[in-house]
Amino acid sequence: MVYDLEFEKPLAELEKRIASLQRKGERLRPEEHGQLQEYERELRRRTEEIYRSLTAWQTVQVARHKDRPYTADFIHLMCEEFFELHGDRRVGDDHAIIGGPALFNGETVMIIGHEKGRGMREKMYHNNGMPHPEGYHKAIRLMEQAEKFGYPVICLVDTQGAFPGLEDEERGQGSAIAASLYAMARLRVPIIAAVIGEGGSGGALAISVADRLLMLEYSIYTVAAPEAAASIIWRDKVYAPQAAEAMRISARELYALGLIDDLVPEPLGGAHHNHRLAAENLKTALIHHLQELRQIPVDRLVQMRYEKYRTVGPFGFAS
Amino acid sequence: MAKEAAGSSGGPQPEQRSGPGVAPDNLMVKCPKCKEILYSRDWEKNLKVCSRCNYHFRLTAHERVNLLLDPGSFVELDAAMVSVDPLDFVSRSQSYAEKLQEEQAKVNLNEAAIRGYGTVEGLPLSLAVMDFRFIGGSMGSVVGEKVTRAIELGLERRWPVLVVSTSGGARMQEGFYSLLQMAKTAAALARLGEAHIPYFSLITDPTTGGVTASFAMLGDVILAEPGALIAFAGPRVIEQFMHVKLPEGTVNSEFVLQHGMIDAVVHRRELRATLARLLRLYKVPGATRAQQPASAAPQSQVEAATLLSRQSSQSRAEVGGGQDGLRS
Repeated sequence: MVYDLEFEKPLAELEKRIASLQRKGERLRPEEHGQLQEYERELRRRTEEIYRSLTAWQTVQVARHKDRPYTADFIHLMCEEFFELHGDRRVGDDHAIIGGPALFNGETVMIIGHEKGRGMREKMYHNNGMPHPEGYHKAIRLMEQAEKFGYPVICLVDTQGAFPGLEDEERGQGSAIAASLYAMARLRVPIIAAVIGEGGSGGALAISVADRLLMLEYSIYTVAAPEAAASIIWRDKVYAPQAAEAMRISARELYALGLIDDLVPEPLGGAHHNHRLAAENLKTALIHHLQELRQIPVDRLVQMRYEKYRTVGPFGFAS
Repeated sequence: MAKEAAGSSGGPQPEQRSGPGVAPDNLMVKCPKCKEILYSRDWEKNLKVCSRCNYHFRLTAHERVNLLLDPGSFVELDAAMVSVDPLDFVSRSQSYAEKLQEEQAKVNLNEAAIRGYGTVEGLPLSLAVMDFRFIGGSMGSVVGEKVTRAIELGLERRWPVLVVSTSGGARMQEGFYSLLQMAKTAAALARLGEAHIPYFSLITDPTTGGVTASFAMLGDVILAEPGALIAFAGPRVIEQFMHVKLPEGTVNSEFVLQHGMIDAVVHRRELRATLARLLRLYKVPGATRAQQPASAAPQSQVEAATLLSRQSSQSRAEVGGGQDGLRS
């Protein structure tokens, strides 16, 4: 366990003390043994305490943690079999979105997700999870294939946003995202989307129009990155923590607002402390929702999905 | 950005003609692009297009309606719809609720879009038109709702739907609710598509972000005014993120046309006629007749017919001199 975030300093301190005692191994004196257990209890207690009331900005840091499990990790840990499909059948293959058929709990599903990549080389290969239009075209292709074979679609969402380059404008980033929203709205198979880290704006929404939207406990979903919102509304990036707070971007707040369907618990100290347990929790939730959705006749399912999105967003009338 | 000239709305809403938005007429207007000094009267006659460099000034939503629809045919619906503050959003010690009130007073509109129905050369359509002056034309729940209701009216009456976009994207102050309006409008369009009813998108300056990435780019036919900034990521975002400097006007109507993202770039003078052509070509079988929803039903049919002929003669005259101002 490594506590390396700013607000985890007290935890890191405790962890250091624990480690130094543990290094003594057999030479540990009896009173030191008691001390060690005390520190361990204390660490657990403090971690629970801190994570129970993370601020929005602290949640952002956990959601972006470099050791957080990514889509490829979740696929590996949750699925018995996975075959990656490549390419949008037009111009290329975008590695920021990966996907393909997977055996999940004994049945074939189509799994699609943003992949950030770990380490410099992988990050470059996956463009840090920021898709180009080809990524969305590939996602649509895979979803349509899922519909063809009647496979449920599982989308894992983890991106800062769609890539904002000039070439992306040339190849129609806006069109590609819009086309994906349009396709998902009427897809005739169950769709579950789970935000595993960062749900960044339209680039995330493009693969999360779903019958059920789940979020991992310390993940975020933002209309715009807190930094971007801060520079637009507060005219300065340094107000990102305030923007994060004001926009209510944490999974817990979105769940409280009724904007997501389920909150998936994370291991103590965040998913990056225990990938296996994080994947187990997500798998349990996915199986539960999948079983419910399979009971619903497809016409009804599509109708319910429509109504879910149709009714979102409060408004009033001026007198 | 030049302030819109006074009293240019002339729409069916009397409140649009008065109030704080109306300033005394200025004699001159400066083109922000070529810096030419234009006579306000000529400029308005030229539909607020610079006669020297063809720069299309931004129009208000009501000006746009007057430009496109048969005079007097527009019936606005849900004019009183207003945003609420679902997140209790506060920034720089101003609440979103206060911000809304401020904008409403400044722009004399309740929100960044109006919606309703009307006719173009006698052909009915349901439409929503955005207004960039209201918090940068940003899309919150009300804009999403109005666009969706415009689509639903099209479904119900079997009328083609037009959305005129101009927007900086999703509205931050409504957070995730705003983002979800992209999905809501796209889902409504998917239903419209299944009912085989055409949807026309007209993109005007500027249109970026969540609006570009949803209904603006989903038209069966997508039109844009010349020189309009059209992008998912606007030039400033690209420049900041990529650490590059883009030449002026890199991502605009002509650019997206060249890259196959839209169908045509249409001069403001030609927009009404173009829309009429599309409405004739994409005729919907079983469409509810135009007069039916209006309360003055039989009368309006006759009126529409006369307006139609008057409109055609005006269009012809336009070629000669370019008239038919936004004050119809």
